[in-house]
Amino acid sequence: MFDSLSDRLGSVFERLRGRGALNEEDVRAAMREVRVALLEADVALPVVRSFVDQVTAKAVGVQVLRSVTPGQQVVKIVNDALVELLGAENSELRLDVTPPAVVMMVGLQGSGKTTTTAKLARRIQKQERRKVLMASLDVNRPAAQEQLAVLGKQAEVATLPVVPGQQPVDIARRALQAARLQGFDVLLLDTAGRLGVDEALMSEMAAVAAASSPHETLLVVDALTGQDAVNVARSFSERVELSGVVLTRMDGDARGGAALSMRAVTGKPIKFVGTGEAIDRLEAFHPERVAGRILGMGDVVSLVERAAQTIEADEAEAMARKLAKGGFDMDDMRAQFRQMQRMGGLGALAGMMPGMKAAKGAVAGMDPKLLTRMDAIIGSMTAGERAKPELMNARRRIRVAKGSGTTVQDVNRLLKMHQEMAGAMKKIKKMGGLGKLAAMFGKGGMGALEGLVPPGALPKSGLPGAGGGLPGMPGAGGAGAPFNLPPGLDKILKK
Amino acid sequence: MTDQPWLQRLSGGFRRTSDRLGGDLAGLFTRAALDEETLDAVEEALIAADLGPAAAGRIREQLAAARFERGLSREAVLGVAADEIERILRPVAIPLEIEAFPRPQVLLVIGVNGSGKTTTIAKLAHLLVEQDYGVLLAAGDTFRAAAIGQLQVWADRAGVPLIAGKEGADAAGIVYDGVKRATAEGIDALIVDTAGRLQNKQGLMDELAKIRRVLGRLNPASPHNVILVLDATNGQNALAQVEVFKDTAGVNGLVMTKLDGTARGGVLVAAAEKYGLPIHAIGVGEGIDDLRPFDPRATARAIVGLPPEEA
Repeated sequence: MFDSLSDRLGSVFERLRGRGALNEEDVRAAMREVRVALLEADVALPVVRSFVDQVTAKAVGVQVLRSVTPGQQVVKIVNDALVELLGAENSELRLDVTPPAVVMMVGLQGSGKTTTTAKLARRIQKQERRKVLMASLDVNRPAAQEQLAVLGKQAEVATLPVVPGQQPVDIARRALQAARLQGFDVLLLDTAGRLGVDEALMSEMAAVAAASSPHETLLVVDALTGQDAVNVARSFSERVELSGVVLTRMDGDARGGAALSMRAVTGKPIKFVGTGEAIDRLEAFHPERVAGRILGMGDVVSLVERAAQTIEADEAEAMARKLAKGGFDMDDMRAQFRQMQRMGGLGALAGMMPGMKAAKGAVAGMDPKLLTRMDAIIGSMTAGERAKPELMNARRRIRVAKGSGTTVQDVNRLLKMHQEMAGAMKKIKKMGGLGKLAAMFGKGGMGALEGLVPPGALPKSGLPGAGGGLPGMPGAGGAGAPFNLPPGLDKILKK
Repeated sequence: MTDQPWLQRLSGGFRRTSDRLGGDLAGLFTRAALDEETLDAVEEALIAADLGPAAAGRIREQLAAARFERGLSREAVLGVAADEIERILRPVAIPLEIEAFPRPQVLLVIGVNGSGKTTTIAKLAHLLVEQDYGVLLAAGDTFRAAAIGQLQVWADRAGVPLIAGKEGADAAGIVYDGVKRATAEGIDALIVDTAGRLQNKQGLMDELAKIRRVLGRLNPASPHNVILVLDATNGQNALAQVEVFKDTAGVNGLVMTKLDGTARGGVLVAAAEKYGLPIHAIGVGEGIDDLRPFDPRATARAIVGLPPEEA
């Protein structure tokens, strides 16, 4: 539903191609788009205002490099400024104190405090090998303490036994004592959700902080938060000394502009992001990824990293050799599908790609089992059929359909897709191989990527779209199909 | 319910919204003319209320057009803004009616995690009980730890029965049992809690589809209401939530929660403009009677910071 900033700027700068420098008027026009993009990403207005002013000053008079379009260059300036503002990554928790180190979690109702507490406890216990105790001080929401106890069991982290009717400050004292006596290294205090305007609850939070003198006080914020982020950040940091922010629900499709607001208003680092409901989905914060996301550029860095991890080098090389000869049989296609699946399936890929408007639509209506089913079809062919798909006559197709639990139509679609992919491969070969193909991506929606990813960061076999993963179709790579689904795949998806 | 007049209670829910927005706007109109700069500032104030760039832009245009006819008094300018907001909200202010026959009317309550589904269900149950309807709750959130316990506490407070299974059980099965029991006992409304889900999670959206299928088999008309609970503190992503849940879960009504904080919930205006889904009620607190009917006129005036009109 959002246009990516690159798309927006594309139209602003169309007339600017080939000019030497960005003049002030051009930059201001671009910054109006940047402003709307940031607002749509839910960055708080005061933060947007000062950010835009700052970036305008930086961007005026910048030389337009010949290799990139002005739009991309502005995107890069904006992106760099965002990363800078979002702060250093890997700000770990300060736990090297006389035990127990106390970590207090605060935030609005429904921001994800309890789940985050359990995730963090597990992370500290597993990765840092410290003994962790969790205690819930939430006496307001029904069954909140019970919830933490259940999560504690799942995470295999100790929780403070619940004493019904005990008030938060007393629970905090009891937890502190229990942690001391039982030799826990870290004590996590999960507090009740509260609104900044709720005076009684805000002073209760201050009282808990006074009683437990936490070494870390983490503000838990929902990545979906809108303009209210400023008020939240302000009201909490006025009452307790925050040491950092945890951003939850980053697995949703929100742009996460709240990250920027939080950072700007509290001045505290974002330490972790929650990326799923499972107990291990808590990750260190990467400013450059969130910056890309706020601008609607997709999480290219993560994608490239994941591609590098999952694509086995040997396989990629064997594939490259084969493609160089111009052959592309069913086994090769299967290898491609498997790679896509290892990278988290189509949905996960789509979520990370830049300029994903078109493909997201296709992926949304897609059966997540599709890749598995296509794999099954290929698995039901004989070795000979896989090497020479043209052998597949009607009877063989019926057999394969039966064997793979699909229909003949499915088999036909797959064969057609293979034909198109093989055709595309031939064209690639004619055009001078994969190296040229990778260069071609630069013209398309992935252009911004070149500016963002250091040259060495991409796997040797090219972009994930090239040798490693999905063969792009020549021509389509440049025009409006930044997510290079194999040709024909979209047709299958529509069935 | 308290004896406070209801218009005043409604505007109480929006008071902070209006204080802020009114404060912002009032600051603007002590100046001389509605020049571009002022209009920009109005637009930004509306954006800061989470109205979204499009809705804010339209209201800005209304203001730009209206200044010659209306003069420049603060009330007049605010009135135009309020009129425009009201015009957008008016068609979607549709209260929840319990009228299904055969009974029960099934209300499926969905939303992203932490939006306030369970609390809203409790408030809804309380409201319906006060209107003399028989209510049964079904604990369809079998995923989150202790969600069933939380709903049980609320069911006890509202004095309504609850049907629940084990944690990790099949939500559709519990819903099935709920309909059977409600039918047998002649209960008017079955309110189904569901696990919180981000709208981009295919697996959980499939589960929702299954619940719908099971319900549809028992009675083709059910679920009668699919209510999306929106968190006022959510920004523009609320629009994405509405869009996706509308398509995949058949949402046909909205409730907005957490309007008692500093969040302004202006995204309702954008949502009304874009999707036109009925807004049934707003949540303004953690108490069981903190659910208010949605009144567009009062809401619009409250949003721009004008006092409630005399009845």
